[in-house]
Order: sequence, then structure tokens, then C-alpha cells
Amino acid sequence: MGNRVSLFVTCMVDQLFPKVGMAMADVLERLGYAVDFPEEQTCCGQPAYNSGYRAEARTVARHFLRTFEASETIVVPSGSCTAMVTHHFQDLFQKEPETLALVRAMEKKVHEFATFLTDVAGVEDVGARMDGVATFHDGCHGLRELGIRSAPRRLLARVKGLKLREMAPAEECCGFGGTFAVKFAELSGAMARTKIDAIVATGADTVVSLDPSCLMQIQGALSRAGLNIRTMHMAEVLASR
Amino acid sequence: MSRENILHKVRTALGRSAGQAVALPPPVRLRLPEVAMEDRIATMRARVEALAGKTARVPTMEAAREFVAGAIAGKTAVASNAPYLVECGISSLPGVRSGIREVGELMAVCAQADIGITSADYALSDTGTLVMMASPAEGRLVSLLPPAHLAVVPRERILTGLDELFTILPDPAALTSSMVLITGPSQTGDIEQTLIRGVHGPGEITVVIVG
Amino acid sequence: MSAEFDRKIHDTLADANLQLAIYKATGQLKDDRIRTTADSVLPDYQELRTQANALKKHTIDNLDHYLEEFQRNVEAHGGKVVYCKDATEVSDFVLDLAKRRGARLIVKSKSMTTEEVDLNQRLAHHGMESVETDLGEYIVQLAHDRPYHIVAVSMHKTRYDVADLFTKELGVVRETVPEKQAQIARAVLREKFLTAGIGISGANFLIADSGAVVLVENEGNARLTTSAPKIHIAVAGIEKVIPRAADLPVFLKLLGRSATGQPLSVYTSFLSGPRRAGEVDGPEEFYVVLLDNGRTKLLPDRSRRESLYCIRCGACLNACPVYRKIGGHCYPWVYSGPIGAILTPQFMGVSHEPGLPFASSLCGACGEVCPVKIDIPKVLLELRGEVRKSEAREGLNRLEKLAFRVFAWVMTHPRIYEMAGRMAASMAPAGDGKWIGSLPSPMSVGPLKAWLRERDLPPSPPKSFREMWRNR
Repeated sequence: MGNRVSLFVTCMVDQLFPKVGMAMADVLERLGYAVDFPEEQTCCGQPAYNSGYRAEARTVARHFLRTFEASETIVVPSGSCTAMVTHHFQDLFQKEPETLALVRAMEKKVHEFATFLTDVAGVEDVGARMDGVATFHDGCHGLRELGIRSAPRRLLARVKGLKLREMAPAEECCGFGGTFAVKFAELSGAMARTKIDAIVATGADTVVSLDPSCLMQIQGALSRAGLNIRTMHMAEVLASR
Repeated sequence: MSRENILHKVRTALGRSAGQAVALPPPVRLRLPEVAMEDRIATMRARVEALAGKTARVPTMEAAREFVAGAIAGKTAVASNAPYLVECGISSLPGVRSGIREVGELMAVCAQADIGITSADYALSDTGTLVMMASPAEGRLVSLLPPAHLAVVPRERILTGLDELFTILPDPAALTSSMVLITGPSQTGDIEQTLIRGVHGPGEITVVIVG
Repeated sequence: MSAEFDRKIHDTLADANLQLAIYKATGQLKDDRIRTTADSVLPDYQELRTQANALKKHTIDNLDHYLEEFQRNVEAHGGKVVYCKDATEVSDFVLDLAKRRGARLIVKSKSMTTEEVDLNQRLAHHGMESVETDLGEYIVQLAHDRPYHIVAVSMHKTRYDVADLFTKELGVVRETVPEKQAQIARAVLREKFLTAGIGISGANFLIADSGAVVLVENEGNARLTTSAPKIHIAVAGIEKVIPRAADLPVFLKLLGRSATGQPLSVYTSFLSGPRRAGEVDGPEEFYVVLLDNGRTKLLPDRSRRESLYCIRCGACLNACPVYRKIGGHCYPWVYSGPIGAILTPQFMGVSHEPGLPFASSLCGACGEVCPVKIDIPKVLLELRGEVRKSEAREGLNRLEKLAFRVFAWVMTHPRIYEMAGRMAASMAPAGDGKWIGSLPSPMSVGPLKAWLRERDLPPSPPKSFREMWRNR
């Protein structure tokens, strides 16, 4: 596999949560990886795809394929963006065999951040330390499309000083859903409030997730409710010392 | 005619022609566990009781008769024409109407009876289920109209579960117009998810295992 | 989405009691399903799902063959099969038969298919009395209402609603205890069962090799409906066929658990034809109505065809975080929840409710719990694409289409993307690191406004990631 990885930080991290990207780079470098950031990167195209604009999604997907053609390994701080590339790109190019071949090759190279650490780098303890009580929110795409369940929990279990509590009900959508959050804003808000009720019930002071979009939804709802609970991306927790 | 019209639409959509052969379906999947009779009886009783049914185990047909006599004391009872019930002497118990062969009479009697007594063709232990096939011996209404149902079953008829049932009986339609699997008392949760029994089938069920 | 859809959602979200009722009822059903499909309880759960999916796929891919086999076997056992293309043909058949036999009273057991064709209304219009006998359906019928959920049809009615209803419609003294209410219904319906001329049921499964109709229930009303009257008519969509009786255990093991957390429902009836010679009771005449009503429209596309695998367990409704908030009546047709969201546009056309495929966060919970492994999210995404194509054809929603064209252009031109990001950041309030609760009104438009109604916005970071990376 080599020790070089490329970052696909995602448009959301790039524009709104840059510290997540920096934290991810930090963790990877500490583990001995040489990290690069192909500057041409923008977005995976998920917003267009989920909104039914397939031609536009294809355009953006092609740009992604070009941007990362030369990368051997790509790490992504988002379950939903990873799944867009590894599960949904193929759906867009069923009628273009040449591009489809590129997609198949790309599927093998792209990794969600937490599972990259546990399954590829083979580590669970990255030497992180953070005091507090955390609860983990399973983002739906990571959970159901990528099958990620235990990896983030194993990583959090090794963070010194951190106690982990599970939410009930577990595995319920936070209500983001991309454009759903604004098209069906009231409904999305109601789903967010049910999620934060579950969070509050755990007594945690921190919510951790693999997905910046979920964190934006959850933090937005926590903040609106005047609650003093913070959200952190897994990368930020693991970068804490 | 709509038949030709609809079948034609189906074929066209599927790209099939009339009478075209069909690839083999996925093989039948039936798994037969090995379970000793004593375990089957114990499981059957546990499952029925977990569903708020009652069970009893009696050693002989005579004992079965005695049990039923006690269960129906002070009640009006109707029994099916099951030969097993006759053999046990249950059909001839005082207070039991039996031998009804006419549907109007059967309906009227069952609608008034406090308890319906039947045997069962099989029982399925892993779910606590009675298997009842309509026949000259067993009418449908005896286990359905009265508010209580009592079934007397010789232990040999207890199978492990659905898979065994459909293994020994792959074609129920060859034998009967109606095979009913009865698993516990009738129940509904339609009003505020409150569990209510006895609407519309029997709210009380008793299984007597003989042997 | 239509203004009506929007309004209904809003009204349902605003009703605190209804919110609690829906969430609690679906939560119970969901927990029951989880409990009875757990690894320790049903270790072959995933294997059963795979087998059920394979059986449905094979049957639907060869549907004509199995329908013909089914019909032959129904007729061999003395029954009749009637194909109906739509609602009118179904009611015409029933009315004609009722007239010829002099039947005026019909009892019905639960059947979503008969809801689909408005059978009760049509029969009532022609002077027939058609009474629902499932307690929940009976309540819904008395209330002139629609089912709220595939399985828990009356979850939106409290005991006080039922008390009012029974007093008003049945003239009984007001009774608020559920057990007693059920007894009132039992007494009324018992009389109907025993005097009805025709019993109409649905069908959970049609067994091709047996010519049999399988009915799954907990109350016993389906047994009574199909045993007491002299005539039994089973109304079923053509997609309900499975090949063999020996396939039934796979489906029964999945259905009860997926629907209500029961290893087996209380009664499973396997009915083939009128009563046989020597049988004491049972109907004298047996009909199976095979309904198209648009199902053939879903067959041509290989992935949409999967929508027809549905065994109507309702598990997707209970798992769906959207259904658990908006309930059954926001959906425009008889089928609600995720399955309703994919069936409705396919049966009625995407323009019937263009917002419906978008009323989902695509969380995937539905596909995960579907016992026959329908990939519901995949069909939703396809339907979204269809809505857009239809809008493009009709020149609707041009602004959004333009916005996404711009999106694609920006995202393929990294310098422009970076510039756009910087511009947006400079306009946005920094909020000194705090999340933003409101924006000045010129800025508070469209998506931003919608977002801010419900939650706060993240503050704009001083530098983007790529700027930070460059300056490392």
C-alpha cells in the first residue's frame, strides 16, 4: 500500500469545517503517512445526485475521477461522500463502459477515515487523549452503505480519559439528508430534535461522528436549543492530546 | 377479456412469450431440526403458555376425558367429529354437543356454545401452534366461534415446526379446502396498542397433550 | 412538492398528541421486530431474507407462468379466478355476483388492495352494506377515514375517539375502556359474520402449485369472513403469487416478525377452493380476483419491478424516521411510508405528488429492514431523476435546474469554486466563533432561511481548508 495518502477533504470541510481536515492530516502524519492534497478537488457531486440531477452529478463525478487519478490511496472524513464514490458513482456511468472502468478502479482506492485507520493502517490507539463523556452518532451512509459500526467505537475506546455512552434509539437518522434539510426543513428540524433528545439522555458532553453534515445538523439543533453540548468530528477527537 | 389483456401486458413487460418455459425456481428451503419428543412437548407447552394459553399433559385417553370433563363443568360445549375425541370418550361427555354434520346447525350451536372442543391434525412445538385441517371430522367453526377453544392432541402429532409440517405435507390443498395454523388466543392491539384477547376468535385456548 | 403535501406535513408535525402516538406505536413495533429477528433468536434471518428475495424475483420475472399455474389449480379445486384490470371491474364483478345471489350484506377482512380500489365506497354507492371486520379497519370505516398504517390502521385514534365514534355511529352508551369497546365491536360484527351473504378477503400470498390463498391475521375476523358466508371472494394483486406451498415457511417466518414481532401471527389460513365433499362447513363458492390496477406498469424496468416484491409487513414504516414524524395520512395514496413513496409515483405517475420521492433523507433504514430486500433508496433515487426529467419536459422548476447547472460548473472549475467560497465567507457573519441564530433579512432567503427556521448556522471560518493547507 505504501505510506502516501491523498486527502479528499470534501467541500463541506473545506469551506465550513477546515479544522476537521487539518486534524485528519495530523493524525495520518503522526502514523507515518505522507499526506498530499490534490488542489483540483472540489466535491463528490452528491447534492446533484440526491436531487435527481444525474447529468450534473456525472459532470462533477468525472472531475473527481480526474483529480484523483494519480492517487493510490484517498482518505475521506465523511461516510456519505465516501459512499457516493464507492457505491453510487457506478450507478451514474452504467452507460459509459470506459468511465465505469475508471470508477471501479477508484472504488478500491477511496477510504472513509475511521475505517482507514482500523482496517488499512491496522491501528486503534493513535495516542489520543481527551477528557469527557462522548456519545457516537452513526451517520446513515457510513452505517448502512459502508457497514461501519464497530470501527469508530473501537477508536474512541482507546482515547484516554474519554467515556463512551450509547444513544437510544441508536441508528436513527439526524434528519440532514442533503437538500432534504432545507426542502423539508420543518420535518428535518423535528428529526433533529428527536436526535438531540436521545443525545441529552446519555448525559454526554460531546457528540462524535464521522460525518460533517450530520455534525452540522446536530450542532445547529443543539445550539438552537441552547444546549451546552459540543460536536466533534472523529478526526478532531483523535488529534486531541 | 381482462385475463388475456393482463397476461399479455405481463408477458410483454417481462419479454416472455405465451407458454414459454421457466427456469427452475430457487430450491425449496426447509430445515429439519432433530428434537426429542419430550423436548417438543416441553417447548410446545412453554410457547402456548407464553401466549397466555393454557396447557395440560395427561398420560391416557381416559385421563384426557377426565380433564375435559372438569374444564367444561357448568359450560355448554360443542365438539368436532374428530375420531380421536370419540375414542377418548370426550364427544360423549354430558353437556357436549357433537356429531353435527349440517352447517346451519353447526353455526347455530357454535355461536351459542361457551367452549369448542377439537383435536388437531398436528402441533408445531417451536411456535406453540395447532394445525387444523377442515374435514368431515373437523369443522372450521368449532375452533372459531365459541369464546374458548380446547384441543386434545396425542403427542405423536407434535412436529418441530413449519419446516417439518411442509416437509411431510407439501400439498395441503390436496387434502382440504382449509388448513389453519392457530398460535395462541385471538388478539388485537388496534385501540391504543392495548392488547385485547377474544376479538373475534376464541380468547381462551387450552391444549391438552395426551401421552 | 404540492402545497397540500406541505400543509399536511406541517399540520401533523404541529399536533403534539399525534406525534407522540405515531412515535410510540411505531417504536413498539420496531422494537418487537428487532427483538424477534435478533441473531440469538433467529440466526438464519439474513439467509431467509435472501431466499425470500430470490423467490420473489423468480416469481415476478416469470409472473405469467405462475399466474396461469395458480389459476389451473384454483379451478382444479372447484374455485374460479377472475382477472380485473381496475377498480371498476372489481366492483362490477362483486356487484354482479351479489345481485345474482341476492346478497346485500358483505363482511370484509383487512385488505389494502381493496382500499386501493375503493371497494367499500363503490359497493355502498350501489346499495350494498360492506362491513369491515378487523377492529382497526372497523373503527376507520365508522370514522369515514383512511388507514394510518399498513398494519396498525387505527394508531391515530385514541380510546376517546373510539368512544365518541361508537356512541355516534352505534348509538351505544359512551364507553372509554378499550376492552369493553372491543366487546361492543365483537357483538356487532358477530351478527354480521353470521348473516352476511358474501365474505371478501385480501390475500397475503397466492400459492401457485396449490391454487391456495393464504391469510395471516391475529383477530380471527379473516377466518370468520372466509368460513361463515356461503361465498368467499379473495381480492389480490397479481404480484402476490409465490411458487410452492413449501415456500410458505420462509415468508411466514419473516412476515410475523417483521410486522409485529410475532414468530407467527395468531391465525394463518391456507384456503383452496370451496368446501370439499364431506366437509361440514366452509363456503360453497370460492373466487380469486387477480388485480392489475397498474402493477403491469412496474414490470418493464428491472429494478422498479422489485417494488412488487412487497409482502405488506409495514417494517419499513416503523423504521422510517420520516414516517415516524408525518404518519400515514400525509401520503397521498393508500400506501404510506417508504413503500408508499415508491409505489405511488409508479402507479399514479410522478406528477401526482412530485415532492414524494424527495420526502426522505435517504437514510436507508427501510431497505435494511425489508424482509424481501427491496432496495427502496435506489428506487427513490431513480424516481427523483424521473421527476427532474418530467419537470424539464414541462419547463417547471427551471431555477433549481439552473442552480444545479451552475453547481456542476463551479465544481469543475476549482479556481471559481475557491473564489465563490471566499465570497460567501466574506459575506457571512463571523459570529465570533458562535453558531448563528439569524441573518439580516436580505441574506435570509431560500435555503438559508429554511435552514435557520429550525437550527443555527455554522459560523464562517476565517480560512478555508485549502488556505490553511497552503500556509502550513
